[in-house]
Amino acid sequence: MKIQKRHLLLAILALIAIWQLFSWIINRPILPSPIVVGQVFIEELQAGLIDHFLASLWRVLASTALAILIAAPLGLILGQSKRLNRVISPVIYLVYPIPKVVLVPIILLILGVGDLPKIAIIFLILFFQILVLVRDQAASLRPELIQSVRSIGAGRRALFRFVYIPASLPAVLTALRQSIGTAVAVLYIAELFATQQGLGYYIYLNGSTLFNYPAMYAGVVAMSILGFGLYFSVDWLESRFCNWQFVT
Amino acid sequence: MIQIDSVNYTYQQGPPVFEGFNWFVDRGDAWVILGPSGCGKTTLLYLVAGIITPQSGIIEIDGQALTRPRPQSGLILQDYGLLPWATVKQNAELGLRVRTFYGPDGKHAPSNNQDSPDVDHWLGRLGLTTQADKYPGQLSGGQRQRTAIARTLVLNPDLLLMDEPFSSLDAPTRESLQLLTLELVSEKKITLILVTHSIEEAAFVGKKILLLKKPPNKKAVIIDNFSSGTEDYRDSDEYRQLCRELRNRMDEI
Repeated sequence: MKIQKRHLLLAILALIAIWQLFSWIINRPILPSPIVVGQVFIEELQAGLIDHFLASLWRVLASTALAILIAAPLGLILGQSKRLNRVISPVIYLVYPIPKVVLVPIILLILGVGDLPKIAIIFLILFFQILVLVRDQAASLRPELIQSVRSIGAGRRALFRFVYIPASLPAVLTALRQSIGTAVAVLYIAELFATQQGLGYYIYLNGSTLFNYPAMYAGVVAMSILGFGLYFSVDWLESRFCNWQFVT
Repeated sequence: MIQIDSVNYTYQQGPPVFEGFNWFVDRGDAWVILGPSGCGKTTLLYLVAGIITPQSGIIEIDGQALTRPRPQSGLILQDYGLLPWATVKQNAELGLRVRTFYGPDGKHAPSNNQDSPDVDHWLGRLGLTTQADKYPGQLSGGQRQRTAIARTLVLNPDLLLMDEPFSSLDAPTRESLQLLTLELVSEKKITLILVTHSIEEAAFVGKKILLLKKPPNKKAVIIDNFSSGTEDYRDSDEYRQLCRELRNRMDEI
């Protein structure tokens, strides 16, 4: 679905208006007005919020890249090899529905402090989503298509370049679109532990320790921007590279 | 041009499809392989295409033993051969891009690669100029097959292999594409091997018809049909008589 820029702007303004309305009705420090938050947001950006934002962004991007690089080829192999898929599929079937967020404590325990456990947990969420969707897409590639591309001279490398990669791109983007929200939510959880960097830490620190509500909301705004930005990037990539799916 | 010598081919299950099979195809001939389903028509085409290799026996093209798909052979399948994410033009260019990707290595592309990238010419020749930016999903079956033909002809093949290329098309489209194929093949002096289960198609397209029966196929049954290939051949008594003969011979086997 194509959303017009004008409508998007209106929706943002409406959201801000509703926020303002509620902050007047509630009239407590726990819900400051969007104007106050806006000012604090700009101040905080210079006072370190940008670093927290970048730390979170890095974790999401690194885990996304890792998940694509590992899950997409695996999905392709599983989708093209019926025998392997018969062996591996039951395992995926069992593991896929487990909410990966429950693994946060275990992963923190094993991988300790630093970026690695945060990247690992988002990786796990994206990994299975991408694996399953790419596998199904690869399985739907007709042998006739492979055969005929082979017949015009394509070997394994050219098949990858001209068939497998473009064929799995829509599945990768759909997987990202579906799981990017969950990924950012889980990132927040993961950043509550064993770190002093990232938006999760920043929001929790200002909200529950410093009781600096405007700064907490500035963090929430930053986290929303992160989520929206990722979502729109996926959207843009899809319209740029996969528009063949939407023509009729 | 193509020399098949005592070839044996058996699938994992079932009887051998070919047993000591010999067949010779001369350069520039228009062949049709005709037979009921399961007779091994497609198997034979894939053997000539180099997609599968026989358990024993020799297949030579131009004196070269065939061990893998040959860059000078073009293969067109019934359907599903086009990349759904590429436009008509991009699909037609695919072979050229694959060749640039490898360079003229003699394996994936002819070593004396002299392609002139005249994709637009072939799109025009096949009546696809106005469809050039459409995706396969937006085309009719006939347009899709014409795109597949354009993609193959851009590569300047000397051998065109077609597996039931027109079976899923409606009759008028099928007949016009049969004629167009014959025109292009004689214009470019391409050797044609077309697989079909349709007696009418075999009688119209094939200057020579190879009749296959239920496996195992041991001896090539060949029927000459030299007067075929013109538009009004379809209305001639000769054509009708040949159809009758082919039908009888297919019933025998």
